[in-house]
Parts: sequence; C-alpha cells; structure tokens
Amino acid sequence: MDFRLGDDSDALREEAREFLDAMLTPELIERMYRSGVSHDDDFYRQLAERRWLAPGWAEDMGGQGRDPIEVLAFSEELSRAGAPYVGSGTTMAVAKMLQAVGTEEQKRAILPRVMRAEILMVLGFSEPESGSDVAAAQTRAVRDGDEWVINGQKMFTTNAHIADYVFLLTRTNRDAAKHKGLTTFLVPMDQPGIEVQAVYTLSGERTNIVYFADVRVDDFWRIGDVDGGWKVMTASLQDEHGAAFGGDSERLLTDVESWARHTARIADPDVRERLARAAAEVEVARLLQRRAAWMMHAGITPEAEAPMSKLFSSEAFVRQAEDFAELLGPDGLRSYFDPTAPEGGAIEHALRFSLGTTTYAGTSEVQRTIIAQRGLGLPRPR
Amino acid sequence: MDLRLTAEQQQLVDTFSSLYAREAGSAQVRAAEPLGFDKSLWEHLGDLGVTTMAVDEARGGWGASLLDLALVAEQQGRHVAPAPVIEAQVAARLLTTLGGALDDRLVTVALHPGVDGRARLVPAAAVADLALVPVGDALVVAEVGDGNRTLVDNLGSMPVADIVIGAARSLGGPEAVEAWDAALDEFAVLTSAALVGMASAALEVTTAYVKEREAWNQPIGSFQSVAHRLADVATAVDGARLLAYEAAWAAAEEPDRFAELASLAFAFSSETARDATYWAVHLHGGYGFMLEYDVQLFYRRARAWSRVLWSPAVAYRRAADRRYVDS
Repeated sequence: MDFRLGDDSDALREEAREFLDAMLTPELIERMYRSGVSHDDDFYRQLAERRWLAPGWAEDMGGQGRDPIEVLAFSEELSRAGAPYVGSGTTMAVAKMLQAVGTEEQKRAILPRVMRAEILMVLGFSEPESGSDVAAAQTRAVRDGDEWVINGQKMFTTNAHIADYVFLLTRTNRDAAKHKGLTTFLVPMDQPGIEVQAVYTLSGERTNIVYFADVRVDDFWRIGDVDGGWKVMTASLQDEHGAAFGGDSERLLTDVESWARHTARIADPDVRERLARAAAEVEVARLLQRRAAWMMHAGITPEAEAPMSKLFSSEAFVRQAEDFAELLGPDGLRSYFDPTAPEGGAIEHALRFSLGTTTYAGTSEVQRTIIAQRGLGLPRPR
Repeated sequence: MDLRLTAEQQQLVDTFSSLYAREAGSAQVRAAEPLGFDKSLWEHLGDLGVTTMAVDEARGGWGASLLDLALVAEQQGRHVAPAPVIEAQVAARLLTTLGGALDDRLVTVALHPGVDGRARLVPAAAVADLALVPVGDALVVAEVGDGNRTLVDNLGSMPVADIVIGAARSLGGPEAVEAWDAALDEFAVLTSAALVGMASAALEVTTAYVKEREAWNQPIGSFQSVAHRLADVATAVDGARLLAYEAAWAAAEEPDRFAELASLAFAFSSETARDATYWAVHLHGGYGFMLEYDVQLFYRRARAWSRVLWSPAVAYRRAADRRYVDS
C-alpha cells in the first residue's frame, strides 16, 4: 500500500500551483463572483496552451498522456484554488464523450478547436419537469430530411449564454419506452430559435433556461444512434458522478484556520474540535476521490466508489459551511467581498455555494441510490 | 498510489481471518461474555505470534509494521474477537522500546494516567499480569492480580478492571511518559482499524437482512428510507477504512503526519462505527433489539472499544493539538 501519489504527480501539482498562484488574481476571483460565471477566456486559453485541458489525453490529441492519478493531482489543485473550471469542465466532458462515441468527422470538426480553447460547450440535460430523472426529458427532436427540428426547454444550462454548442438530450420517439426514445445532439448555439434566459442562484452563480423554438440542426450533429441517446448519456453521467468537492472544503478549512489564528480563537477547545472534524472530513473526501482515480488507473470502473466520493465530499462541505458560519457568530453574516467581512466573506460565500453541490452533477439521493444498488446490491423498488 | 495489499499482507489477513472464523464465531464470543476473554483463542493467537510480531526485530520481535497490525486489528473487529490483541501489541512495543523484556506474562497498557494510586478502566487488566501505567512523571510497570484489581461489568463485555497500583517498577521518567503518550496514537490507529472491521461486519449483516426481510410484499432494502441509510453507512465505512490505513501507513512513511492522522482516524472511525451499529440494530426492527441477534454484539462493542480510550470530541481536540502545534 502506498498513499503517495508519486513523483510525477507531485511535480505536476507544483507546476499547477505556480500557475494558479499567478493566474488567480484577487481581481479575477472577484470578477468571477460578480458576474456569477465560473469561466474566464484567458484562463481557458492558458490551460489549453499548457495542454492542461485534458492532461490525460495522448500528446497527439493535445493532452500530456497523464495517468488518472496525475490527472487527479492536477484537478485537486484546480478545485482547491477555486479556479474557473466549470466552463472548461463541461466542454471537456462533452469532448470526452465525442472522443468515445462521435464520428471521425464530428471529432475533426470539434476536438481541435476545443484543444485550442476556441469553443465552449455546455450540458443540456435537465428540464423544468425533469432533473434527477434525466431520461424523462421532453424536449422534442423531429426528423425533417437531413435535418432535425427541435422544440422544448432546458433548465440550469450553466454558461449557455457564452457557449458555442450545447450537448442536448432530446426525445425522438414518444412511443418507445422512456430510455429507448432518446437521441443526443451537439447543437450550435448561434442560430435562430434559441433563446437564453438568465437564472440567478443563491450561490451567486448565474445559470440559464434555454428555449428551443423550431431550431434546425443538421443530422451531422447527431451523436450516436437515433433513439440510442441513453447509451451516450450513461457514459457521460458516469463522468459527471466523478465530480467531488473536497477541494472546496479544504479551501474553506484554510480560511477558517486563518480566521481562528488571527482572532486567537484557535486556543478555544470548541474551535479546535470543529476545525479537526473538518480536517478529518477533508482527508476522507480526498481519500475517497483518490481511491476512485486509483481504481480507474487499475482498469476498474468505480461504479459505487465515484458516487461515494461525490456524496461524501458535498455533504461534508454543506455541514462544514453551516458549522463554520455558526462558529463565526454575527460576523459570519457579513457578505462575500464586503470589506468588513472576516476572510473576505469566504465563509458566508461557502454557506451559499455549498448548497448547490449536493444537487448538481447528480443529487445526493441519486448517488445514494447508485451506492445502494451497485455497491450493496440492494433491490430496486418495485 | 497503490491501495492493494502485498502478498504477505494478504496472507496475514487470511491467516487471522480464518483463525477468527474458526475460534471467534458468534457462539464463542457469546460464551466469553461477560468477561470478554477466551483463553483458548488467546492461546491460538499466541501460537501465531500475535504479540511477538508487533515488536521490532532488533528487540527480538518480527518487526511487523503498524499497517500490518492494523490489518490484523480490522479482522479482530470484524469478529469482535474476545482477546486483548491491541492491548498486548501496543504494550509490548512500548515496553521493549523502553528497554524492557517480554516473557510469558500478559502485559497491557493503561489509557489514562494513574491518579491517587489507582488506574481506572484499564483494558485487559481483568486478565493481564502487568500493566504499564503513567503515574506523575514516571511510567511504571504495575503488577496486576486478583489482590489489586476490581473487575468491572461493562457495556462492551471488555475485560477491563480498576486497579490499585501496588508493587511497581519504574520504566523511566518524563521521556517514558512521552513514549506512553505516543503509544496511545498506536492504540488509537489499531482501534480505529478494529472499529472499521466491526462497522463493516455490521453493515454486511444488515445488508443481508434487508434483502431478505419483506414488508408490504417487497424486501425492505428496496425502500429508499432504508437503502439510503445504508449507502451513507457504506460510504463512511469506506472512508474510515482508507483513513485508518493511511494513518497506519504514515507511521513509517510520513511520520510527521502520523500523530494527527491517528487521532483523526480514531475520531472518524468511532463515529462511523457508532452510527453503523445504530442503523444495524434499528434496521433489524424489533429483532435488532433481541439479544439473540448478533447486531447487538457489534452495537455494544462499537461504543466500548472506542470510549475506553477517547470520545470523538476528545480525539478531535487531540488531533488539533498535533495539527496546530504552534498555537
């Protein structure tokens, strides 16, 4: 047994830290928050230039040929630093899906531009009437010659207002069983019939509703088979369930430790106990995420283990944010970026930001169901 | 990173797991209550060298790593085996580190300093011959026998006793007391591995039960109110196991982090075993409350094996003392 990630991972981590220290200026962090957008074009291009958009891809595909453990070391740093990675994250999730199931023409049309950070792609799964039950999507795609006509709406399509493509889950067959009438498309955003409406959230993040009215898409942009969308989705959701929030917890803990030190509250046994409890959770979140990466490295799909990582890290983050906000007392009410707020209001922000983490990328309930069924072998409800 | 056991470690696990399966089944565990000591099991463990293995090679032992011992402790916890393995191993390491020698006598270690000539709730003291006890600025080896110990009937059927410190020999001054305090970190790590084994076994028994037991014509494990509890338990158990292993691994590989990780692992696995066994009892319904069902064996020991050392709160504060050494 060896809990070290290894020399290559350590070196990459160091390199990433230096880069992030230089890139993530207080101005950038504040701009991200004020705009509610976890994306920055310059940051995105800089990642691309360093072949860090997909460090795990082969060099001839624009990556660095890194193994899953090294990739994890890198993404731990992005997450810990609070880097604007949501836009590049969804783009790369779609790129990975294309790499796996796209046609050669589709890959040629999209992947080189992704690797130059020229385009941004977002996820169009959730709808006003369906979230966790993602296969219940009702957005319609109807064939018309070489084209498809799309009508419907998508919900929580984060970054849609700056995106070039949306990876869209549609219903193409109303007569087939729920999972057998779905088809996925990569829809160019720059065309008539698409309307993006802003949705503001408790965390300050801006997301969107996207309306599709008679939007025409060439069959070229269909991903996978007609009515074969669930197969495409299964692969991409698996990827989404690998999301984890241990890095956010770790940043929060560091902020509260800093507060405890310069207010001298760190001498208070109650404060120490709360900090250590969070430190244990941060360590466990890190270990659960690393185990999932190690399994992938060993060629094993972490079917229940990746959901454990997502579930634990987000639930712990919510608990910690609530606990630390209470610990700060009335001062914990001072808002993020208010000049009077302790630690720049980072704890107040974490309280609001943590709420989304147990919902997006698969709710805690969905994760628990996967763990119960695939990890423990419990029966599905009749 | 590599989470696999080596071939030798796997062999170690297999050896102890089959011994416990043979000699520490539920009937044997129950027969050893309320004392919590099975002499025959202890002799079998002695034949495997369970104490000798823990001691450095330079001091006549087999030089097992703390991680090796944690793997054994996990098996002990899985079977809630009535034998003072952790006590004897930690005491043997401490005693030999301080220049003492082992013989046939069973040596244990007090987990709290002796006060007013007494040491309270000393684990394994109901069956041990000697106990290492810090008294003031010194660490002493106290003789233990029926003349100076009071057995304590307790929640976890542990062979604990309150002892009056009589005939004793000093092992050293403040440095020896410091060594004792460091030995508590070893005790904490091994106990956390045992608690992980216990929680894991309780989870398995309960998972099997909720697959079988039906209500409203379906297995109760198909209800989310049941399944989701167990998913949380399974997640915490996996996390606790990784943390316990990491802490034990750190003893040799990242010694600067060891003391902090040991307390964190202890606190986290105490809470995990506490919650896992609570849900194990509860999800068995009325049967979980019956002595005849095995989950109660886990429920009682999950609390006793940890509480005899520290509560989670105390362990978190101790971890903080290591983490924030400067303040």
